[in-house]
Amino acid sequence: VRELGDSPSERPGPDLPAHRRPHTSARDLERYADLFAARTRVMRSSAMRDLMAVTARPEVISLAGGLPDTSTFPPSSFAAQMTRIAQESSAQALQYGPTEGFARTKECIAEVMAAEGMRPDPDDVIVTTGGQQAIDLVAKTFVDPGDAVICEAPTYPGAVPVFTSYQAETIQIAIDDDGMRVDELEATLDRLAAAGRRPKFIYTVPSFQNPAGVTLSAERRRRLVAIARERELLVVEDNPYGLLRYEGEPLDPLYKLDGGDYVLYLGTLSKILSPGIRLGWLVAPPPVMEKVVLGKQATDLCTSTLTQYFVAEYFAEGRWREYVASLIEIYRSRRDAMLDALARHLPPQARWSRPEGGLFLWATLPDYLDTTDLLARALRDNVAFVPGAAAYVDGAGSSSMRLNFSGSNEDEIVEGIRRIGEVITEQVALYGSITGEHRIAAADPGDAAEGGDVVPFRRAT
Amino acid sequence: VRVAVLKGGRSLERQVSLRSGARVEDALAELGHEVVPVDVGADLVRRLKQVRPDVAFVALHGSGGEDGTAQELLEILGIPYTGPGVAACARAADKVVAKHELRAAGIPTPDWVAFNATAFRELGAADALEEIEAQLGFPLVVKPARGGSALGVRFAARRDDVPEALLAAFSYDDRVMLERHVPGRELTVGLLDGEALPIVEVLPKEEDRFNYEARYEIGRTDYVCPANLADADADAVGEAAVATWRALGCEGFARVDLLLGPPGPEVIEVNAVPGLTDTSLFPMATEAAGLRFEDACGRIVELAGRRAGAAITR
Repeated sequence: VRELGDSPSERPGPDLPAHRRPHTSARDLERYADLFAARTRVMRSSAMRDLMAVTARPEVISLAGGLPDTSTFPPSSFAAQMTRIAQESSAQALQYGPTEGFARTKECIAEVMAAEGMRPDPDDVIVTTGGQQAIDLVAKTFVDPGDAVICEAPTYPGAVPVFTSYQAETIQIAIDDDGMRVDELEATLDRLAAAGRRPKFIYTVPSFQNPAGVTLSAERRRRLVAIARERELLVVEDNPYGLLRYEGEPLDPLYKLDGGDYVLYLGTLSKILSPGIRLGWLVAPPPVMEKVVLGKQATDLCTSTLTQYFVAEYFAEGRWREYVASLIEIYRSRRDAMLDALARHLPPQARWSRPEGGLFLWATLPDYLDTTDLLARALRDNVAFVPGAAAYVDGAGSSSMRLNFSGSNEDEIVEGIRRIGEVITEQVALYGSITGEHRIAAADPGDAAEGGDVVPFRRAT
Repeated sequence: VRVAVLKGGRSLERQVSLRSGARVEDALAELGHEVVPVDVGADLVRRLKQVRPDVAFVALHGSGGEDGTAQELLEILGIPYTGPGVAACARAADKVVAKHELRAAGIPTPDWVAFNATAFRELGAADALEEIEAQLGFPLVVKPARGGSALGVRFAARRDDVPEALLAAFSYDDRVMLERHVPGRELTVGLLDGEALPIVEVLPKEEDRFNYEARYEIGRTDYVCPANLADADADAVGEAAVATWRALGCEGFARVDLLLGPPGPEVIEVNAVPGLTDTSLFPMATEAAGLRFEDACGRIVELAGRRAGAAITR
């Protein structure tokens, strides 16, 4: 988007550069429309997209993003690491690299995975441009148009457009506070099998799920892995937040339980180091890896060499776990601030999850509230969240919302939740007066004790 | 001529406005005007004083830009601006006010009832819903009084749908209206200097004709321009659009949305600053009239000058 040019030289004149050439007419665009591939009909809600664009205004407290806090990474370390790269490895760092990624990067990845008890063969690992590319490569490798893909309901909103762009039929399985309902998964698999179908994979974020904040229980983890084995199905385990646990005992990743036969593993440094460096990875057995490497070659040849050099330097300092520990302290306080604010400011009709880690929690409101409309109302009070419908493929989730607690400080979180609570309370009361269900008592913002206990997270199924 | 193109702003239609503005900038630059894009924010007045444009092209949609607010500021600063004046914008932006004007001028518009939230909170308006529903019948359409792009607009097919639809509409405005649903063909008429351009017919591909998505996604909706109408119908629609223009006191350019049922056209709403994006209907209509979008923009700038009493020509 062009901005106001103060100097005449910045103003667009008659000599337009190519990118500024006059727009084509609506008719010309209709002509393009005929050429678009069917998969471009991904089209998520434009209403939501336009609303989300407004959330970027500086005066808006946005609990909508999924941003880790990168402000605590010491600039001096960053400078020292980059300087070392420039002085010692400039030519190599500016060069192409292998499609699979450097061995040194894979050693760093091995350290991160070992922290959760996993020891993959380095040959089974490919370094990707963020975890998002790993999802894309998996879908590219497995999904033909019309294939079934299974994921959670709600699921990671960023996965939905990936599946849709490969024209998968995305089937969502309900979750509760123990994560994906594996009993429902089995029922769905039976139903598919009866129709002679088999999903290409089951995509899951088992730990501190985005967006719901719930964690798949140990028992369900074992069951899910067993189902995969029994039925010879692939599970794609996306684990961006596993190391960001604020309480409770760590649970074994699915990859560890399975040993890597039926579980493909996706990892990322986005939440424990930086999303800006775009470094993720995929762990898959050799036959799968062969196809994934071809897919990645076609996409971008290799992951940024400079990024991989930076990661190697960073890990060589040996303090990455300390940094993660410092993030855990910060995010735990922010989560607690959010949970506390929710209890004080949300009316008793609202429920929310209580995540033991990660970046998000999920709040569910009375079903007559549509959170996309509610976002429009909330934006008038300068606060934003992600409407729940973004996490579903079928328009469900319209009375839920995702709230992020990693990207704002505690004061902002408390104030943001206070404003959201006010808007919800107002809408609930208004609904009461419209339906004549009279005066559903508004929660008194000043009364913490009565304001509503944390209600266990239960999804209606 | 130095033209400040006002776009963006804080309204929920910011993204659409940015696209309208970008297209207008290209058009005006092609005509040889000196274009200064202005993303409207808290520094608008300061920027305008600094830029000192000969004319402001208002490409803002929704609250603040289409309701007379920006126009009022431009009046104070003595900067000629495109499109309808302050009063016409204020009338068009509020669908309820606009409908009163239409009724007063004898222009058909579907029956409606409007409420603000206070009516429900303090005056027990809920108790009148039954009578309202009996009068308007089902399905009915629930809309926020202000706001465009179908945000917050819901169909209520049954009684049970009404409370949720009202609540959705109240998310966008403190005043909402329930409107009788008129089955008919969806038409829109662009007007340039009070003259009707060829009629556009909107043929949604999907069930929900108030689908916000469809309005801005290429290929989601079919448009026919000029609409394939019997001469008598086309005349009636054109006349209703021109009468609407007059009743609201529009100037420059605007767009009138209508429904054409068996009894004739009924006016639904007036857009004081219609969308000017690549997929918008106003540009489609000017092109169908043999007027390039660039030349239409040139004309709109000229009209702004004429109103201001200053000849704005190159």
